[in-house]
Amino acid sequence: MIKRSFIGLLKPRLKYGSVAETPSLKQIPIPKEITLFSNCPFDKKNLLLKKKATVKTGQKLLLYKESDEYVVSSVTGQVTSISSYTGDFGLSYTAITIEVSDDEEIDDEFKDVSKDASKDASLEIIKNFLAFAPGNPPGKLFSDKDKSLNTIVVCCADSDLLITTNQYIVKSDIDAIKNGINILKTATGVNDIIMVASQSQMHELSTIGEKINQVNDTYPSALPHLIMKNILGKVVPAGKNPEDIGVCFISAEAVASIGNAFNSGQIPVTKTFTLVNKDGSKSLVSARIGTPAGDIFKAFNITLNENDRIIFGGPMTGSSVYSEKHPVQPDTDAIIVQDRDDIPVISDYPCTNCGDCIRVCPANIQINLLVRFLETGQYEEAADQYDLYSCIECGLCSYVCVSGMPIFQYIRSAKYELDRANTAEATNNG
Amino acid sequence: MVDNNKFIVSHAPFWHDGSRISTRNYNMAFAAFPAILLGIIYYGMPAVGVVSLSISSAIIWEFVFCRVTKYSVTIGDGSAAIIGMLFGMLLPATAPWWLVILGTFVAVIIGKQIYGGIGANPFNPVVVAIAILMISWKDIFDFNEALINYDFDFAMVYPLAALKHFGVSAVDSFSMGDLLMGKQSGGIGSTFGLGLIAGGIYLIIRGIIRWEIALSFLAGIFITALIFNMADSAHYAGPAVHLFAGYTLIGAFFLATEDSSSPVNFISMLIYGAGAGLLTVLIRNIGVYVDGVIFAILIMNLVNPLLDKIKPKAIGKVA
Ligand code: SF4
Ligand code: SF4
Repeated sequence: MIKRSFIGLLKPRLKYGSVAETPSLKQIPIPKEITLFSNCPFDKKNLLLKKKATVKTGQKLLLYKESDEYVVSSVTGQVTSISSYTGDFGLSYTAITIEVSDDEEIDDEFKDVSKDASKDASLEIIKNFLAFAPGNPPGKLFSDKDKSLNTIVVCCADSDLLITTNQYIVKSDIDAIKNGINILKTATGVNDIIMVASQSQMHELSTIGEKINQVNDTYPSALPHLIMKNILGKVVPAGKNPEDIGVCFISAEAVASIGNAFNSGQIPVTKTFTLVNKDGSKSLVSARIGTPAGDIFKAFNITLNENDRIIFGGPMTGSSVYSEKHPVQPDTDAIIVQDRDDIPVISDYPCTNCGDCIRVCPANIQINLLVRFLETGQYEEAADQYDLYSCIECGLCSYVCVSGMPIFQYIRSAKYELDRANTAEATNNG
Repeated sequence: MVDNNKFIVSHAPFWHDGSRISTRNYNMAFAAFPAILLGIIYYGMPAVGVVSLSISSAIIWEFVFCRVTKYSVTIGDGSAAIIGMLFGMLLPATAPWWLVILGTFVAVIIGKQIYGGIGANPFNPVVVAIAILMISWKDIFDFNEALINYDFDFAMVYPLAALKHFGVSAVDSFSMGDLLMGKQSGGIGSTFGLGLIAGGIYLIIRGIIRWEIALSFLAGIFITALIFNMADSAHYAGPAVHLFAGYTLIGAFFLATEDSSSPVNFISMLIYGAGAGLLTVLIRNIGVYVDGVIFAILIMNLVNPLLDKIKPKAIGKVA
């Protein structure tokens, strides 16, 4: 954990992680059981997928009637349970558990559809088969007629601290990225491809032949909203996403997934991620999507004790999970194990108005005033008068808060609550 | 997976830079130490008595208040101790014990706790207390009178009083060096200019006080004093006396910068600081009070909520 420097006047220098010259990748063997998560709320009545169904590696599994949500099995085996799991904000999702059988069989539906696919077809294929591939290629966005994308930003740098996953992919699989970009270009018709990379990657990427822009090596420069502002020179209006103004972000890993899928006729099912041990040592790991975190810890001889913390994602924006069984997902770029002694205390102290958060907030938000409204649940005021929706979710305010307030958590819940209220209103009126 | 699917809401970020209110306050005490030390060297045991009583009574008041109102006891954060310390630094070494205890009561309870405690006070608690006592017991704050029994090798004169009552010629005898070395009469911890400046610079570098406020306050004093001085140098002293006498330096680095009662945005901080500086000199030069720092800060505390409205535009905000 990076602490405040003696010269507290300076902004914190949170440098992004960087990958070794020749990084090694540890392969985790296929586990006995995997679990796939879908963002679809669990809905027993409309379930299409049945318990005991046998599935093959790379097989697309549609979940519900009248829904095009799917997951892709990363192993060959038998579905043992389909249940609900509770994620952030207590929302219910669907969890599919598959028991792995000894012999692996590769599903060939994707091979059949992707072979000699026409230009229009490839767009649909990305949407219909690759949404669950490593890096979550945003297929839906590409084919969303409302969005009219004009630019695709390929993020080769990692957006949160410690993570080196995308950097590794760029080092190890540049051809797949090249291939993926070509497929994306023809499929979407978008020619404006912008590569965003850290300084150390500039050289490696020069062979791709696309525009490359350098992103600063200090957090949070590689967050999409800041890339938009600093590199593309476009400010995303408060509360909107880049795609709302025609820009789609895709990670280098997702591009590589597309490239590899079309190249090999198989949906990629192995996720690469950065594992950070308690002592801060980092390893690059590859495991089948759905592998429980516990299997990975075993492979690395990591023992977890009571009150330690498992974080999926980076230290600034990730989320902590409560079980070693939590599986690797297509967007799991890092798993961090934090010793209980390193966990910062959240306090119930009020804001002292020290102003440190104001100095670090990249969005110029009056956080000292905003928190007063968030703490008392006055979310409407927070949004109308105190720029709640300008927050780009970097977490720096909580990181520096002298009072140890969970400001970022307040912000996320406020946005969530407001969205929920708005949706409820819309349904009522509609 | 079946029986153990329990996950919990995320609490990103998982890192913290380790800053704490208590650490800030310890640093504050550390920064104030040289100034207090010189006061003790000059004024001896009475100074030790006043400062210790002030710190301890402030802590006790907060403790009692928390107990009575059944809030969790907050004295561990050091903020009551700092209030006591600063209050003591402003007093003359001869301040009677009851005044100290009364003062810390006003500061801690009326200045801070009844507004909801740390972070919620609209005025600087120490400044509120001093202001009330100054109005009520004027004589005690007449540093010349109060400290009359001390015999030093320097002219034991409170420069601002001399200035007010006898005009510019009376302060001619103060050299810059004397003022900086605390060779003037005044509050226990508010005369050692060099020590206060060093402490202030330390706090600025550590990011504990907001430099914008301290510097704009000093700039406000300097410029206003200079204008007066240029307009009528026979009546109005030059900027040096104003900068290094009275509560100016302790005000700049320890009082005006109090977190809760001052603004946090760049422009607002500059206006706040410069405004306090301007008012200080106005009060000193044409007001009835000898020193204006206390009232100037109070007035700026009062307009602070307005200053908070001057804020930079958040990104993506469609105006
Ligand atoms: S998370 Fe905090 S620091 Fe980051 S943009 Fe939002 S309010 Fe500002
Ligand atoms: S960092 Fe925390 S205590 Fe300081 S102003 Fe921001 S919210 Fe308040």
